[in-house]
Amino acid sequence: MTSVTGMENCVISLDKVSKVFGKANSAGFYTAVDNLDLKVAQGQMLALLGKTGCGKSTIFNMIAGLTEPSEGRVTVSGHDPFREFDAFRGKMAIVFQGDRLLPWRTAIENVELGLEILGQSAKQRRSHAMSWLERLGLRGHEHDYPHALSGGMRQRVSIARAFATNANLLLCDEPFSALDEMTGKRLRTEFVKLVKENGKTAVFITHSINEALEIGDRIVVLKRPATIAIDIPLTSETRDDAKEAIRSRIQGALAA
Amino acid sequence: MTAAQLESSSASRLGMTALRGAMSYVLPFAVVAGLWQFASLFFPPFLFPSLVDVFARFVSIVTEWSQFVDVLATVLRILAGLAGAFLIGAVLAVLMARSRMIHDFLSPILTLFQGIPALSWVVFAIIWFHGIEPRIFFIMVMTTLPAFSFQVLSALRAMSRDLTEMVMSFRPSRSKLFTAMIIPAVLPDILTAWKVNLGNASRVVVVAELVGATGGVGYQLLQQQQVFDMAGALAWTLQLVVFVLIVQAILTLIENVAFRYRAASERTL
Repeated sequence: MTSVTGMENCVISLDKVSKVFGKANSAGFYTAVDNLDLKVAQGQMLALLGKTGCGKSTIFNMIAGLTEPSEGRVTVSGHDPFREFDAFRGKMAIVFQGDRLLPWRTAIENVELGLEILGQSAKQRRSHAMSWLERLGLRGHEHDYPHALSGGMRQRVSIARAFATNANLLLCDEPFSALDEMTGKRLRTEFVKLVKENGKTAVFITHSINEALEIGDRIVVLKRPATIAIDIPLTSETRDDAKEAIRSRIQGALAA
Repeated sequence: MTAAQLESSSASRLGMTALRGAMSYVLPFAVVAGLWQFASLFFPPFLFPSLVDVFARFVSIVTEWSQFVDVLATVLRILAGLAGAFLIGAVLAVLMARSRMIHDFLSPILTLFQGIPALSWVVFAIIWFHGIEPRIFFIMVMTTLPAFSFQVLSALRAMSRDLTEMVMSFRPSRSKLFTAMIIPAVLPDILTAWKVNLGNASRVVVVAELVGATGGVGYQLLQQQQVFDMAGALAWTLQLVVFVLIVQAILTLIENVAFRYRAASERTL
């Protein structure tokens, strides 16, 4: 198992984390994450790659504070995201696999959700939400309900909703997997630009090698149950020069 | 065909559809009214009174305060009973949704209540309570509580887990989670529950008033029965029917405004 330890400016830390579901010796019992050590530095864009069912989403949910680890410790900025759930209000934003827009809210009202929870005034949040929609090319669609928007537009609204809260940590669970190639590529480029421009730390779950190579500063490949198979830091040089070698390593790790 | 022709043809088709819809709604009532009026020509008024007499009685009830106050009393009893049952039912449903133990304890009790006939609740209420209003309130609550509880519970359980998780990821306060997620998600089922229970409540309230009240539509129906006044019985019954139709229309209006976000399909069921 490869791990990155002793990292400075560590934002996310998973120390010997395991997660099991179901009761021991029962039919539904399985280990989703097994004794995982993982650290993510401030400003890093980590691409978590793995086959379906390897525990990516479980790790994601534990970092998000939506699931409690069975063993070990998860900390985000030194705090437990599950037990100190409310302490992360406005500090963490999530872009989910589906757009997960509230169907009873218009595009702009969906973007305003996080801002409402943060207690911003109606005027302030409206102009802030509008600026994000404009930035993502959705001007003129702010009063449309989700059913009237295309898949790509809905996903852009969900990205705007996550960015609008100005959280320092972004968690993304295969946000572009349901989109066509062209739209996915365009949104990925926009997304990387937004993360870099705003100095965010991001954990990006994907099962696409190309997406991981395009997005990540670092690629962690998981094997089942979620343990680290390989951990590859990427620089602009290695990304271009050793791209094919890295791709082969990842393919080898995924096939193992 | 030109765009103008298409538009005109589409408008005339829409007009015809609306007319057919109105006709299909009115026609059954017109046939029943016609048959009744026809029967009134051959039978005595205490069996089949003329619709003109029924209408005159209906108008007199609405226009004379001394009579209309009985209609208002019944309306208030229905609304108070439904509101009480809804509030208690919603609390029970939330408790059942949050705790498996509470669910396993309350669910059989509510099912048992559901099996008790309305008339039995009337008898229990007469034995247990002194005042007329507490009796009727008790009967209304007990007969509609199980349905409200199960309907709200079902709505809470049908809430999208993905959407709830998304809202939770922003770490909302309890009140914000309630207003931003829970209420909009369960509102369609709650309005349907109100529509269903309104019909049940309007039938139960009459039974309750027949037995134990000194005013209200049920009490007035009893008076009409004692003097074999069919026109009066029909006119009082129609008061209740009109009330139910008005409330149903208000609920439909709320639905149309609150659920305007729903996608409309050109092909409907």
